[in-house]
Amino acid sequence: MIKQMITASLLLTLYSIIGTGLVAYTNAATKDQITGNEKGVLVGSIGEVLPADSYDNDITNDKITLTDPTKLGTPNPVTIYRARKGDTPVAAVITTEAPEGYSGAIKLLISINADSTLAGVRVISHAETPGLGDKVETSKSNWILEFTGKSLNDPKPDKWGVKKDGGVFDQFSGATITPRAIVKSIKTTLLYFQDNSGEIFSKPSDK
Amino acid sequence: MAKVSYKEISINGLWKNNPVLVQLLGLCPALAVTASFVNALGLSMATTATLIASNVVISLIRNFVKSEIRIPVFIIVIASAVTVVELLVKAFAYDLYLVLGIFLPLIVTNCVILGRAEAFASKNTVVASFVDGLMGGIGFTIILCSLGAMREVIGNGTLFDGMHLMFGEAAKAMTLTIIPNYKGFLLAILPPGAFIGLGLLLAGKNIIDHRS
Repeated sequence: MIKQMITASLLLTLYSIIGTGLVAYTNAATKDQITGNEKGVLVGSIGEVLPADSYDNDITNDKITLTDPTKLGTPNPVTIYRARKGDTPVAAVITTEAPEGYSGAIKLLISINADSTLAGVRVISHAETPGLGDKVETSKSNWILEFTGKSLNDPKPDKWGVKKDGGVFDQFSGATITPRAIVKSIKTTLLYFQDNSGEIFSKPSDK
Repeated sequence: MAKVSYKEISINGLWKNNPVLVQLLGLCPALAVTASFVNALGLSMATTATLIASNVVISLIRNFVKSEIRIPVFIIVIASAVTVVELLVKAFAYDLYLVLGIFLPLIVTNCVILGRAEAFASKNTVVASFVDGLMGGIGFTIILCSLGAMREVIGNGTLFDGMHLMFGEAAKAMTLTIIPNYKGFLLAILPPGAFIGLGLLLAGKNIIDHRS
């Protein structure tokens, strides 16, 4: 009886070791490729909100991570990639999220020029209703492009809302919650940038 | 254990004992990812690869596993196979990985795989288990792709949209617009569309079976 138990557990251990070894080997073999893919996607999405010739630093490695639920409007850490030309700050590309989406948080990439105007906004991922809330994707409509060039001076902060709430931005027929969440998140991010832009660009980069 | 012919294994996997249509296994991913053809194809190919790998490995070690611990051993094999497949997709088809997301690691919980391991691979030769895995996988793929195609055409009016996620930029030309200027039929894309579509497929199979 005891002997049987020992053989069984030894066998189980052996299989676990082989299985884990196989996974570890594949992980090691594909790691560089995967990191490359992830970086490629990041560079691609940064390229959508910020022209690649406007900066000359290694933007994916010049980043800081901040957590400030009250000021940043999201409980999760926010990563900021900093674009510079020489030593002059050009723009900050901020990965944040709008927690008040219709079905969960909407992940956003917000690019803000050093002069506090928006260089561009894109939705990275969302779970909004197909056909209604998904008009925030560039493949479905041009809505998200409307933000390029806007700032807290244009429109004024109290006009940063969807039309239904007295603001200047369009909502979609049948979906108000999605645009409302995104507009709010962009406004919060702009306010944060306006108050902290010095610190955002001067903080040493994460390793 | 009686010898099973490859023809019989194939007919079982593809039709008589089809994982989705008859065993009604693996319904969670089948319903969740079939909003478009390309997603359905991607997930079913990953599932097929896992099914073949786990069937072959389990058949290889079937004589070295004590029956009391066979289920945990099968789970170790399946979990390792799924993780390897996930890493490979992540490395070589990253766009597809982004689309399939959580459903890729969740293949571990697809009962088709443990079901075939326990019911077939643990009692049959390596070659027979390979054929069983392949045919079961193809049966799964056919149903998922039919459901995906159906929902995409009715919901979006297109077919094969997004094939570049799997086959590179050249495949962008594969998108067919079945119904031009289509406003879209939301219900087909949303979860109810998956249930209704699967119900129609099941009904279709039953009609064919009753006629013959």
